[in-house]
Amino acid sequence: MDLKDEIQRVRLWVNQIGNFWLRLVWHFVHLLVRSWYLGVGVANVIESYLISSGLLRRYRFIDVGKLRYLAIVVESDDACQISKVIQLLQWLQAFGVKHLCLYDTEGVLKKSKESILAKLKNATLFEEADERDPLLDQKHMTLEFASITDGKEAVAKGGNLLFMKYLKLANSGAEQKEQIFTEANLTEALRAVGYGGPEPDLLLVYGPARCHLGFPAWRIRYTEIIHMGPLKSMRYGSLVKAIYKFTMVRQNYGT
Amino acid sequence: MGTLCGSRLSELFGSLGSFFRKCMFCILSMGPIPNHFAFIMDGNRRYGKKEKMEEGAGHRAGFSVLMSMLKYCYELGVTHVTIYAFSIENFKRKPDEVQNLMDLILEKIDGLLKEESLVNKYGIRVYFIGNLKLLSEPVRVASEKVMKATANNTKCVLLICIAYTSCDEIVQAVHESCKNKWEEIQPCNSHKSCNGRIEEVDGKNIDDGIGHSVQELSGVQANDLRATRASTFCNDVAQGVESTDNGSGVVGHDAVHGSCDKWGEVQSLEASITGDGVIPYVKREKLAVNPSILKVVDIERHMYMSVAPNPDVLIRSSGETRLSNFLLWQTSNCLLYSPNALWPDMRLWHLVWAVLDFQRNHSYFEKKRKQF
Repeated sequence: MDLKDEIQRVRLWVNQIGNFWLRLVWHFVHLLVRSWYLGVGVANVIESYLISSGLLRRYRFIDVGKLRYLAIVVESDDACQISKVIQLLQWLQAFGVKHLCLYDTEGVLKKSKESILAKLKNATLFEEADERDPLLDQKHMTLEFASITDGKEAVAKGGNLLFMKYLKLANSGAEQKEQIFTEANLTEALRAVGYGGPEPDLLLVYGPARCHLGFPAWRIRYTEIIHMGPLKSMRYGSLVKAIYKFTMVRQNYGT
Repeated sequence: MGTLCGSRLSELFGSLGSFFRKCMFCILSMGPIPNHFAFIMDGNRRYGKKEKMEEGAGHRAGFSVLMSMLKYCYELGVTHVTIYAFSIENFKRKPDEVQNLMDLILEKIDGLLKEESLVNKYGIRVYFIGNLKLLSEPVRVASEKVMKATANNTKCVLLICIAYTSCDEIVQAVHESCKNKWEEIQPCNSHKSCNGRIEEVDGKNIDDGIGHSVQELSGVQANDLRATRASTFCNDVAQGVESTDNGSGVVGHDAVHGSCDKWGEVQSLEASITGDGVIPYVKREKLAVNPSILKVVDIERHMYMSVAPNPDVLIRSSGETRLSNFLLWQTSNCLLYSPNALWPDMRLWHLVWAVLDFQRNHSYFEKKRKQF
């Protein structure tokens, strides 16, 4: 029995030592990864500076017309930095972006809607804009504000609309009741309940990780998703590079 | 003698590689390991062209990389793996290409049932996720056979998305939820005292309302014109809602009718697309739709992907940054990783890098998941 206990104790001890060394190596590997990202970050800063100063030729002339609708996803903790958000919007406005959706999970940007619009010249809410107004100048920008309630909950509301139609048809014994469930009808139902915004071509994520954070699923089927890093370290050059890369993309749409 | 040496050497390298991989996985296991990996296997055709292969050979090369990736995932301790095998949009490809892909898929599905397959080695339960009715009968029958044969496997799960798009999944989930709710309400239609299932409707008995509205409704005509369909849609809603509203405040009666009057105006405005390609989103009124019988949890319960937890990491090869209608609903808190390598060029280190990235961001995503 003593021998067995001894063997058991030695095994445990070896396990603990082994785990200690493995954990040390794990931390070292992550240190290497962090150093790698630090290096990439420095390279990005230099490149961003070169782009902003116009030294890199290919970024000088970008066809921003290809970008019909841009979405910006901001980490809610960062979205409180309204001055940063306004600076970003001013860059985009100067760049020529016409239609934009600002999204954060908790709706911080929605709450700050009025102050953002007040500080921006030539910007209106997307819902209130009238494209046919000839007085709108080239630099005019429309803004849409969205949060997590515009995603799954909106689909549930659209689904309720379809359900009511289904109930009527079911009770009248109509055979075509199952046929009302199509993508087109759900899109129409979403519009009817006020969630019919367009699909963005490009989605820029300002946060710690590349993730769309619950942006309305129905609207991002073929949206290019680019991670820009935290909002506090946003750079004009990186923005230009992201838009340039988008204009170079060629999509097959599955075919 | 030469070939014997050669095969011994490759065995040695294979064992060394396996030993190195196990060491690497032991180190990675000191941190959190993702439960669920999703893969978009993009770049097979481009790989075939790059290597000057014959048509379809790129997909076969991609399949052997897939088997390696699955092996690595299950060795690492990942419990769920989802792969985007075939999108509904892919049916639009050339018929020859679609047929070649379907033949390859059928061949590989049959292979899953063999004794020595990965499925049996790792005790994998296989699900085929998607609108299986769109598949040809041999493929559908084979996939149902595999699902039945692996139903008792419990160690890990492989979800093969075939004839799948996220939008189709959402529509099907809404459809199933509506059917389900209708079946729940059904017994109440014959028993007027039954109120238990309709407390969501502010405690009102909806069946009287439904019966009443049925008499008023003349039926809906299917119509290609969006404007007509939308306004018919809206009028149906208005009629149905009006019938259920007996002054209990279930819905804003005037708001709904007001919205329907404006609907025609909205539709004619929206029928024109502006020069920059954006459909104006002007002057829409939010229809206050109440009761909210259908909830998010009902829709999620009927999703094809409800058999698995949400993915932790989604990897799309070939450097493309879009999701292409894949798991849009399930990836709210999922790390998206897009290595530049084409799918057949993907290797172990790409997977290792994805795990390291996941570990770096793990606490952030945990915080996000707890919030929502």
